Amino acid sequence: MIGGLFIYNHKGEVLISRVYRDDIGRNAVDAFRVNVIHARQQVRSPVTNIARTSFFHVKRSNIWLAAVTKQNVNAAMVFEFLYKMCDVMTAYFGKISEENIKNNFVLIYELLDEILDFGYPQNSETGALKTFITQQGIKGQHQTKEEQSQITSQVTGQIGWRREGIKYRRNELFLDVLESVNLLMSPQGQVLSAHVSGRVVMKSYLSGMPECKFGMNDKIVIDKQGKGGTTDEPGKSGKQSIAIDDCTFHQCVRLSKFDSERSISFIPPDGEYELMRYRTTKDIILPFRVIPLVREVGRTKLEVKVVIKSNFKPSLLAQKIEVRIPTPLNTSGVQVICMKGKAKYKASENAIVWKIKRMAGMKESQISAEIELLPTNDKKKWARPPISMNFEVPFAPSGLKVRYLKVFESKLNYSDHDVIKWVRYIGRSGIYETRC
Amino acid sequence: MTDSKYFTTTKKGEIFELKAELNSDKKEKKKEAVKKVIASMTVGKDVSALFPDVVNCMQTDNLELKKLVYLYLMNYAKSQPDMAIMAVNTFVKDCEDLNPLIRALAVRTMGCIRVDKITEYLCEPLRKCLKDEDPYVRKTAAVCVAKLHDINAQLVEDQGFLDTLKDLISDSNPMVVANAVAALSEIAESHPNSNLLDLNPQTINKLLTALNECTEWGQIFILDCLASYLPRDDRESQSICERVTPRLSHANSAVVLSAVKVLMKFMEMLPKDLDYYGTLLKKLAPPLVTLLSAEPELQYVALRNINLIVQKRPEILKHEMKVFFVKYNDPIYVKLEKLDIMIRLASQANIAQVLAELKEYATEVDVDFVRKAVRAIGRCAIKVEQSAERCVSTLLDLIQTKVNYVVQEAIVVIKDIFRKYPNKYESVIATLCENLDSLDEPEARAAMIWIVGEYAERIDNADELLESFLEGFHDESTQVQLQLLTAIVKLFLKKPTETQELVQQVLSLATQDSDNPDLRDRGYIYWRLLSTDPVAAKEVVLAEKPLISEETDLIEPTLLEELICHIGTLASVYHKPPSAFVEGSRGVQHKRLPPRAGSGESTESPDVGQSGPSEAPPAVIPSQGDLLGDLLNLDLAPPTATVPSVQPSMQMGAMDLLGGGLDSLMGDESDTLGGDIGGSPSMGAGLGAAPAAMPASLGGAPAVGGGLGDLFDLGGGVGMPTGSYVAPKTVWLLAMKAKGLEISGTFARRGGIIQMDLSLTNKAMSVMTDFAIQFNRNSFGLAPAGPLQVLTPLSPNQTIDVSLPLSTSGPVMKMEPLNNLQVAVKNNIDVFYFSCQYPLSLLFVEDGKMDRQVFLATWKDIPNDNEAQFQIKDIHLNSDVASNKLQGSNIFTIAKRTVEGQDMLYQSVKLTNGIWVLAEMRIQTGNPNYTLSIKCRAPEVCPFVYQCYELVLKN
Repeated sequence: MIGGLFIYNHKGEVLISRVYRDDIGRNAVDAFRVNVIHARQQVRSPVTNIARTSFFHVKRSNIWLAAVTKQNVNAAMVFEFLYKMCDVMTAYFGKISEENIKNNFVLIYELLDEILDFGYPQNSETGALKTFITQQGIKGQHQTKEEQSQITSQVTGQIGWRREGIKYRRNELFLDVLESVNLLMSPQGQVLSAHVSGRVVMKSYLSGMPECKFGMNDKIVIDKQGKGGTTDEPGKSGKQSIAIDDCTFHQCVRLSKFDSERSISFIPPDGEYELMRYRTTKDIILPFRVIPLVREVGRTKLEVKVVIKSNFKPSLLAQKIEVRIPTPLNTSGVQVICMKGKAKYKASENAIVWKIKRMAGMKESQISAEIELLPTNDKKKWARPPISMNFEVPFAPSGLKVRYLKVFESKLNYSDHDVIKWVRYIGRSGIYETRC
Repeated sequence: MTDSKYFTTTKKGEIFELKAELNSDKKEKKKEAVKKVIASMTVGKDVSALFPDVVNCMQTDNLELKKLVYLYLMNYAKSQPDMAIMAVNTFVKDCEDLNPLIRALAVRTMGCIRVDKITEYLCEPLRKCLKDEDPYVRKTAAVCVAKLHDINAQLVEDQGFLDTLKDLISDSNPMVVANAVAALSEIAESHPNSNLLDLNPQTINKLLTALNECTEWGQIFILDCLASYLPRDDRESQSICERVTPRLSHANSAVVLSAVKVLMKFMEMLPKDLDYYGTLLKKLAPPLVTLLSAEPELQYVALRNINLIVQKRPEILKHEMKVFFVKYNDPIYVKLEKLDIMIRLASQANIAQVLAELKEYATEVDVDFVRKAVRAIGRCAIKVEQSAERCVSTLLDLIQTKVNYVVQEAIVVIKDIFRKYPNKYESVIATLCENLDSLDEPEARAAMIWIVGEYAERIDNADELLESFLEGFHDESTQVQLQLLTAIVKLFLKKPTETQELVQQVLSLATQDSDNPDLRDRGYIYWRLLSTDPVAAKEVVLAEKPLISEETDLIEPTLLEELICHIGTLASVYHKPPSAFVEGSRGVQHKRLPPRAGSGESTESPDVGQSGPSEAPPAVIPSQGDLLGDLLNLDLAPPTATVPSVQPSMQMGAMDLLGGGLDSLMGDESDTLGGDIGGSPSMGAGLGAAPAAMPASLGGAPAVGGGLGDLFDLGGGVGMPTGSYVAPKTVWLLAMKAKGLEISGTFARRGGIIQMDLSLTNKAMSVMTDFAIQFNRNSFGLAPAGPLQVLTPLSPNQTIDVSLPLSTSGPVMKMEPLNNLQVAVKNNIDVFYFSCQYPLSLLFVEDGKMDRQVFLATWKDIPNDNEAQFQIKDIHLNSDVASNKLQGSNIFTIAKRTVEGQDMLYQSVKLTNGIWVLAEMRIQTGNPNYTLSIKCRAPEVCPFVYQCYELVLKN
């Protein structure tokens, strides 16, 4: 299991050091600094073995988190734990920065004592942790016995992510369907790969221990219902449902129930959390099409023309559109003409950045640029990195629709109808690239 | 509140000041001081001098302060054992506290203090805590047992904590169960032979129940523990799999990977023809793909594991090539891993896409990545023959870029392509020679020199080129020197007149001026060879080279099995067994996959599982060439036929570990043929009901069964006393269809001559004359070598026997089935047509004995997909008799090996058209059923070769 956990700043100074196992000595702290943080080379692996000691690291801004072990630990678990540790710290004190870590080092030690025992990760749900790791040490003494056992049963219990006795005057929930659409397209417009990775993020402000049921236009569910029910509208349901390649759920979701009935039921954590992630590859609506045209005119000039076409309902508006056209390293000057928005050559980024604030569906726009090149004797050809794009659209490119989210709380007197529900769809570009 | 100020105090006399503050009356000041101490401790300052003062602060109501003091204690108690005793009382008292959080804190901390005297005091509180009413305390106490075991294992055993820990597996609280499982697993690891975990169906059931309820981490502990369980039978295995599969949808990647590990392991036990097996295979792909959308570090772990999974079960991800395409912004470690997997998944179906991608990658920035991409193009050429041409032209394009390292990599891989496809792409040599000057890496230089030497006769200025390398001979690396030496000797043997001087120069450089023993020895060997017998030298130096294998870096099967058992862990990331990087007793225990399904009692005896992998290599032939040693050291003495103890399961178990879908084929095959032969009840039964249809993978030979049936209808064997087996004649042409002419016949191979023995019977009323015969084009170009010698007219009711010699130089056309022969016979009445099937053994030539080395290399080189496996039933011969019998039909045994009562015969057959067929026959003493694996570049002949085996052995 994890033998020790260290946090370093960008210079390699230790900010936090907690050793869990006897086989990890103080020199491990230095070994990582010397061999990884101060190494000249780019990081070639997130797992490093130095003198039979393995180091796992992740970086958050300029802070290094490293877990150390001498055993054959579950590597996936160690990384998941490091991410979780980051989440917990962020939930307690915001951004992970050197200053914040120094300001909260006592808290961090307290957390590390709680969520890792002898290197075994323990309950690390912030909802639960915040009930008893409060940084107000004296509180422990004023708790009643009942309160104490409530804490412990929550920390160890089946529903470790939610405490009892939550009350809201207004029961409300927000569902955000956040998708990022990824594309790799050949210069000829052939889709080399495309997928949507989506998340359903829920903010719940619900009283008691509500039982929720979430439904979406999952093809498997719709088809099953279609079979059992009436066959009045064949084809229609097929069109409106989507094929989900795979999905994963927050630990509150009863997986065995999903496996057997494909229904998503759960008792949600309080506040914001990620209910599910999913991935689709079929019938994706690609919001934009990029058509590049690059022509080399002699050795010192390059002509670039890029057309973008929006491909969604004309009534919808895409926002924050940005097209990034890479330029060679030996660019000496660029002239740009664009029909819409603003375009600029950014020498420091080696790219022409074209920004458009808004664009309606079924429109097209274009940019053309002339790039002057300095003659070089560099033999290596320019690699022509792909043209990438950023945007935000108010729909889900996968076609996912929320059908319902039902809330049941039998002990308190509010029903599903009393809950105010909000649903929002946001589609963003993930890695949206067209080769040129 | 900002704590960062504690990090900044660096004054002298700091310790003294802190001491004063620690002893202050004010609580706040005390706390501040302890914080300062901890901050100093963190940055590595020695604050152990403050030990008594800090410990004095321990007795406090302030939980935060208490935790800080505990943290200090854990760090320094070992260096101050005597003073640490001062803390014992407080710990013991805290273990009785009303607040469960404090009880747990005390027991948790005490376990971390590695001081013997404290450990003694720990036992009683720990015992109480293990039975505490509060689950939080119990789950903490469970881990504490593991801590204590790490300090003093004997104490834990003596105090009976292990039993208490085992009881906790039945605890009502899932987190207590999970921690108990984690603690027990860890303790069990340091006692490899103890039956500590004692997993049985009841405990497994408890674990599976807890799995649904505990935290994500707990699920990982439980799944990792489950993976070490060996289910009793395939049904139990399936029911566990069914309860584990929902975990594949967990948001935590580690839960997913651990679930994958359990499934990959238990799948071994499921019969392949089970519907559920297929379902499970399908279920595994999506979660593995989803792992690739995780954070890059996890992607890396996932990719390293997928690399293993793809080698073990390529079918899972074979359609998912696209998800492994490299993204521009992927970290380099992700890119390199993806590239590896892309090559593994490359096949004829997707090669075009893969190549386009690789070409793209070859223009990227990162040098390592570009090199690997170029190398990958070469590997594609070797792996997918159809793509070789395109790969070569892509490589040539890349050479044109003149980017130094790209050119060098390209030349290294082109050398391999030359070796794989001799005499095909040598036209590009000229282009390669243009880049001679830019090569500065030893590997590329050596490759180029090899090319020049190998094709010296086609390169006009080969001598000049090699001479130019010779100038700086001593500055070259050994690799280049050795290659240069060989290349010049080759050149000399090819163009002796012009290069005598050159060869003398290199020989003297190697033998006289070099300190390198390898180089010197090689130099002397060449020198002596050349001076004593130039002809022999030619044979040695210019010998035909063994073929190179297509999969270069496959993990050796035994290791792969072990790594599959470690999915998700560091071992799977390093691709090394835990013993390679873990010290001490932990991890030394080697894990094994369970024995394959259908092997009846195999789970009862652990030996079967152990012996399985060790028997596996012969069929796979590992790259290390350790088999070579075995083959060369063979004991040629005939084995004594031992009295059989029938153990078919053993053999099957071993076989099935080879994976690769062979065994399902085998099951099907034996069933179908078994039916036709009407022999023993089908072997396939052990594997579950095999479908009756012939598997498609046997190649286009739907009529095999029928053909066989015909041959068997003949009944008893007539056969020739010596040489190859000749089947009795069958009627090929019925009199009623041929106006009274009846033809029956058979085929024979006698002393290297193929003969068609015909009996012509006249059942008509009139005399028949003017016989002639002709064959249609056929698969192996069989054609009459002379006219049909029927010299006298055939009177009514007369029968004439004729022998028609055949040659194999006729026109070739692939027939369906392969061994079909369409014949036309003419007489004075009419022309008649019939078709017959000849046994393939007709075409087995007398010089079909392959060299052992060549055999090894060829076996390795033929893709595993081309391997077919068959069962030959009811043969009561020992391996030597069988081998002699087969030899009579030109099936040559090259080597024999005996492994644990199993004889393995390695055999080769050469067909008249030069196709080599390689076979491995396993004979288990006492088992009348032989297992035959046939590998051939033209896999469609395999079933027919199998027919011959069966015919020969049964007659």
